[in-house]
Amino acid sequence: MAAAESYPDDLRYHPEHDWARVEGGEATLGVTWFAQDALGELVHFEAPEEGATLTKDQAYAEVESVKAVSDVIAPLSGEVLEVNRAVADAPETVNEDPYGEGWLVRVRLTDPGEAAALMDAAAYKQHLAEEG
Amino acid sequence: MPVQYEGVIPEHRAVRSDAGAFDVSHMGELIVEGKGAREFLQSVLSNDVERLEPGLAQYTLLTNERGGIVDDLIVYELAPERFLLIVNAANREADFDWLHEREPDDAKVRDVSDDHALIAVQGPRALERLGLPAAPAFTFAEGEIAGVVCTVNRTGYTGEEGVELLVAPEAAGELWDHVLERGVVPCGLGARDTLRLEVCYPLHGNDISPETDAISAGLGWVCALDTGFTGAEVLRRIKESGPEQKLSAFVMEEAAIPRQGMPILEGGEVTSGSHSPMLERGIGLGYVLAELAQPETELTIDVRGRNRRARVVKKPIYSREER
Repeated sequence: MAAAESYPDDLRYHPEHDWARVEGGEATLGVTWFAQDALGELVHFEAPEEGATLTKDQAYAEVESVKAVSDVIAPLSGEVLEVNRAVADAPETVNEDPYGEGWLVRVRLTDPGEAAALMDAAAYKQHLAEEG
Repeated sequence: MPVQYEGVIPEHRAVRSDAGAFDVSHMGELIVEGKGAREFLQSVLSNDVERLEPGLAQYTLLTNERGGIVDDLIVYELAPERFLLIVNAANREADFDWLHEREPDDAKVRDVSDDHALIAVQGPRALERLGLPAAPAFTFAEGEIAGVVCTVNRTGYTGEEGVELLVAPEAAGELWDHVLERGVVPCGLGARDTLRLEVCYPLHGNDISPETDAISAGLGWVCALDTGFTGAEVLRRIKESGPEQKLSAFVMEEAAIPRQGMPILEGGEVTSGSHSPMLERGIGLGYVLAELAQPETELTIDVRGRNRRARVVKKPIYSREER
């Protein structure tokens, strides 16, 4: 079952439709409801290796639906501490729960200050309205 | 026709388990008629038109002098001197031009695409939901669904039992509504593609083209070489010497989805690739050297710079018996 549209207030958002939940020097990353809805049911998550380096604004993974593949853009720079194996095994988890069970990676942030450049939920919703 | 309504995967599964409807009105319809129509079609189509009679249809190829495939289509004998060709939308004009340039004095081709809408209803419960009796594949007859008159063709592009309903454009909306009211799931282009790929029906423009021949494509079974159709001699030579490459079906052994145009490292290229909702893994078609076309042969697909293992399988990739 696809989730209902939502953009939680406790997350930071990247214009390429990625979110970050920043907790101290670490963050959990994923794709937004908008991204998963645009792609449709995900059937493949091409995950980075644990230990891989993420650079803000650059692709670090791919998510793929039946019809299309899409790069996942890093909202923040960091080192991958953990990949969500549940999503690798069942990519549709992202459609069902994009901000919870459908998280993609957990990273140790290289520069926690980068988060200041991301949008809050209100700004991201405004961004979606302008893009749409 | 949209790419999807509710989603490619649920639509695909509806067709495999129950019934789905596709608005394929974009397809082209050509009429070839006249005293010489049969003889003319026999000279340009690969299958044996002599085996048709009114009420019978046939899958066939329009071939060029090199044995290449101008289009793949279904020919319906409407009457002894009148045939309907249902052709790929993208090739409608090319097919018309091809036939028109070659038509003899006693046969005439007409593009009647704008006079027809086409609704495919496919799946193991398609006939039951439409209230239609069973009938042999590749037959057709006039019929009606909830009072809407249509031609009921026992054809399809999904590997499932079902029909394709040829209807006047002004009645198509009403027919579509009736079909959906009976619990048939509306399906889009996405599911149409994954369904045909699972059963290895080639897609013109991807897997077959004017540059690929019928023998290499595994379509020798629709080539009646003795009828002397365009390119038959070339195809006979390819058949006798054995094709260099064969259109082969493969499934991914590693998590990855092959896509059209991806290189096959052992030699060749993916011509169609997607995710199989029934197998829940990547599947595809591609031309590989004949010696690699044997089932169980390992292939390596270059998935955007990553090498992923695949295995050649017998066609079709998915069949009903495996349920």
